[in-house]
Amino acid sequence: MKTNFEHRQAAHCENGVTSNLLRYYGIELSEPMVFGIGSGYFFSHMPFYKLNGMPVTSFRVWPGMIFKRVTKRLGIKVKRIKYRNTAQAMIDLDKLLDEGKPVGMLVGVFHLPYFPREYRFHFNAHNITAFGKEGDRYYISDPVMEHEEVLTAEELKKVRFAKGTYPPSGRMYYITGVPGKIDLKPAIVHGIRQTAKDMLTIPVPFFGIRGIRVLARNMRNWPVKLGDRSAALNLGQVIRMLEEIGTGGAGFRFIFAAFLEEAAVMLDQSILEDLSKEMTVVGDQWRDFAVHAARVFKNRDRGRTSYSMLADMLLSIADKEERVFKQLRNIHL
Amino acid sequence: MMKISEVPQDKAFFEEGKIRDLCYVVDDKGHYTKALSLGWAPKNEAIKLAWDVVYEHAEETRKKILEGKLSPVAFYMELNIMNPVILANYMNLSRRKVKRHLKMKAFRKLKPHLIDRYAEVFGIDARDLTDIERLRQFKPADENQL
Repeated sequence: MKTNFEHRQAAHCENGVTSNLLRYYGIELSEPMVFGIGSGYFFSHMPFYKLNGMPVTSFRVWPGMIFKRVTKRLGIKVKRIKYRNTAQAMIDLDKLLDEGKPVGMLVGVFHLPYFPREYRFHFNAHNITAFGKEGDRYYISDPVMEHEEVLTAEELKKVRFAKGTYPPSGRMYYITGVPGKIDLKPAIVHGIRQTAKDMLTIPVPFFGIRGIRVLARNMRNWPVKLGDRSAALNLGQVIRMLEEIGTGGAGFRFIFAAFLEEAAVMLDQSILEDLSKEMTVVGDQWRDFAVHAARVFKNRDRGRTSYSMLADMLLSIADKEERVFKQLRNIHL
Repeated sequence: MMKISEVPQDKAFFEEGKIRDLCYVVDDKGHYTKALSLGWAPKNEAIKLAWDVVYEHAEETRKKILEGKLSPVAFYMELNIMNPVILANYMNLSRRKVKRHLKMKAFRKLKPHLIDRYAEVFGIDARDLTDIERLRQFKPADENQL
């Protein structure tokens, strides 16, 4: 039993699963559109919240938010379930596949057999779609893979019930109802406004533009406070989050620029095209930051000056992003 | 901007036709489009750095095992990028127990069924888990076999 599901590669897994699921139900949205409407763009740096002893830096919203927001803003009905019982999680999945429904799932990548070994950390917020089953084998669409993949029931169970930080607990989600008419314009405006709000007004200093500035301030002190070795590791971690599989380059900044370009046409607002270009410049600055950062963490003995320089680059990026979002905040339909 | 003609192809961990990074890039007319990248040096360096740390920790642990302080469980835990919390979750044991099993003294008294379970979690043979000689000869070049 295999549904008539088309696998298309995406930069980011949650965008990809959302976009592929929507297409199955006749709604054609590009990855940047999904990302923009779902307000996926974000920044957070939480010095107190640590993973492997290093502060968590993220360039996107929490896992699950993009799918939730996109479907809500388009009036699509969905169901989301999580499990304690592994057997039940597989029985329910089989039932849905039998009914011809593709199912999105949250999985851990550590045991994902088709992933390159070097990418298999204990990262538990990866998204894939199961779209069919034959015997013991599940047809899998993993958006970051170039082609469809196959997992055995045992393998799928293992990744759905991976352990560690934020365990996926067999979480799955699927579409249950699609409205007759989809109105994209208000959804696009809603997506843009929410992102602008998230980036500009959250009253906690670790999120949005203020988060970038916090990272800059802390980074300046890393070599003194943590020593060269730890400073290098922390910096490497930031670059991994910025460019790790699935950001589309420059921590989602290029995907967002692509979204603004598409939105400019759909909403017939040329200002969005100008802002798309400005966002491209922001992306370039992040890439430039990554190039310099890699030089710093490769030669660990460079000391304080280079971290200061990186911090200055971050401050300049923060100013630029702030300008873009202050203009986006006032967007009207 | 990242131009379509300038998409980095710094091959390290990806494989053409299997997995490459999808990037949003700008075409000749200045419009956004998609392109596949085999990798980018700064990012590859960051991933390599993360693995260097894993192997450094594993090597420190290996030395302590040969001194009779830590147990092989500690070594394979490091190689699998786990910590006592993750390992305890996979083992369905308390963190306190797992931490005890990291010491050679407690490891020597481990019941066979627990040895089997640890070996299963690490994806190795139970005999290899208790084989100290194997650890003595372990070289980073063996990494790929684990």
